[in-house]
Amino acid sequence: MRSTAAMLLLAILALAACQREERDTRPQSALGSGEQPTPVTTLEPGGQRPSPTDNKAASFEANAFHLSEGKRLFGWFNCSGCHANGGGGMGPALMDEKWIYGSSMESIHATIRDGRPNGMPSFRDKIPDDQIWELAAFVRSLSGNAPSSAAPSRNDDMMVHPSENRMPDAATLGKSP
Amino acid sequence: MKRFASIAFATAIALLLQGCAGWQSALDPKGPAASELAWLIWFFTGLCAVVWVLVMIALAAPLMMRPRDRLEPLVLDAGADNRKLRVVTAAVGLTAVILIGLTLLSFFANRTLAAIGSDAALTIRVTGHQWWWEVRYEDATPSRILTTANEIHIPAGEPVRLLLTSTDVIHSFWVPSLSGKLDLIPGHMNVLDIKADKPGVYRGQCAEFCGAQHANMGTFIIAEPRAKFDAWWNDQLQPAAGPASDEAKTGEDLFLKRPCVMCHRIGGTPAGGTVAPDLTHIGSRQTLAAGTLTMSRGNLAAWIADPQGIKPGSHMPVVDLSGDELNAIVAYLEGLK
Repeated sequence: MRSTAAMLLLAILALAACQREERDTRPQSALGSGEQPTPVTTLEPGGQRPSPTDNKAASFEANAFHLSEGKRLFGWFNCSGCHANGGGGMGPALMDEKWIYGSSMESIHATIRDGRPNGMPSFRDKIPDDQIWELAAFVRSLSGNAPSSAAPSRNDDMMVHPSENRMPDAATLGKSP
Repeated sequence: MKRFASIAFATAIALLLQGCAGWQSALDPKGPAASELAWLIWFFTGLCAVVWVLVMIALAAPLMMRPRDRLEPLVLDAGADNRKLRVVTAAVGLTAVILIGLTLLSFFANRTLAAIGSDAALTIRVTGHQWWWEVRYEDATPSRILTTANEIHIPAGEPVRLLLTSTDVIHSFWVPSLSGKLDLIPGHMNVLDIKADKPGVYRGQCAEFCGAQHANMGTFIIAEPRAKFDAWWNDQLQPAAGPASDEAKTGEDLFLKRPCVMCHRIGGTPAGGTVAPDLTHIGSRQTLAAGTLTMSRGNLAAWIADPQGIKPGSHMPVVDLSGDELNAIVAYLEGLK
């Protein structure tokens, strides 16, 4: 009797592990990217934007679905045209954990939304806000800033660098072991 | 009561079989490949049914027959043993002949299928996306290459060569009335030749599970007489019609300023995205979202306002638009005949 109960409990616990994360296919869209304030100066403490006004960053950055969507959009919107799959070219490299305008989700979101001097265009109104958050989350995963349990795994086609979930994490990046 | 049940059962079967005619059915062939396959299906089914009935009779017969009295179980009856041996040998021989025969039939049917498109004049590249079909008409003259989506116009009575590939996951192209199914595989090109005997609209469907909206990944083969097909091709090559009204003009501006422009292409405007269906002549198509909705102004508006409610998980995002903006964009798109 007791062993049956234990087995049942184990089965319930094992089934609970099948729930990986919530996948929100219909995100809240009422807030477009155009309704948030634009910073008028780049002089921000530590290059970081002030604390966020919504909690979107937290819900996007460790979410496997949003990260893989970000990866797809990175290819679709031709980010590689300047950033070359994160390696850098005309634009700065994104996989080296060196950030000109801050490494937080909010900073990267602001970079994509509002643009930055010397070439980064503004995608405000061109990309729905949730997709900008997905892109920001993916960009962070390029330098090992996303948990490897959520970061995208190998591509179906040719890979230009190790998959994002195999990238060295941000703390050890660039250091010899 | 029992009679009522059996009548109801027979009616249900008849209604179900009715469903096999017309719209998207391998049992309703409209082209040489599908006819060949349908004939093969019926022949295999018929022959196997006959064999099954014979085996059942052979099994049932000894159960029905009275056992003959045998004098001594240990006395050998050479005559009876010989008879049994002959029957078993004949059955084995017949099985071998039938299996080889069916294999040959299948082989010759495949030869017929392979020969259908050997002289195809028209080549169409069909690329599977989650969850729609990109259709590109190849031509030796680059300016005549045409890209459209979800609806494949072909000249009736002529063989057409389809080059099938995919950009994301494995899909499968299946228009049951015209041919068998063939997979679309990323990084690989499959060749499928089809031919429609008569003008008509034949529905197709992705036949390989490809994600959340696999069921809503339909396509239409529209077979037309050659002259009509050529006229259609020439029409589709034209750049998009300019906006006809002030509202449509506003719609065009909005289309170019808003996220639409990131993914969609409209010929004759700066919109040049290639990751989503080409909208240059969307107003002339019969359906929206790969056969999910019929084309109408209301459905266009519904689709743009809430794609994730109609096709959850599709890659069309919910875009933040006011009612007036939505109306203007729909007015513009509807006019793109």
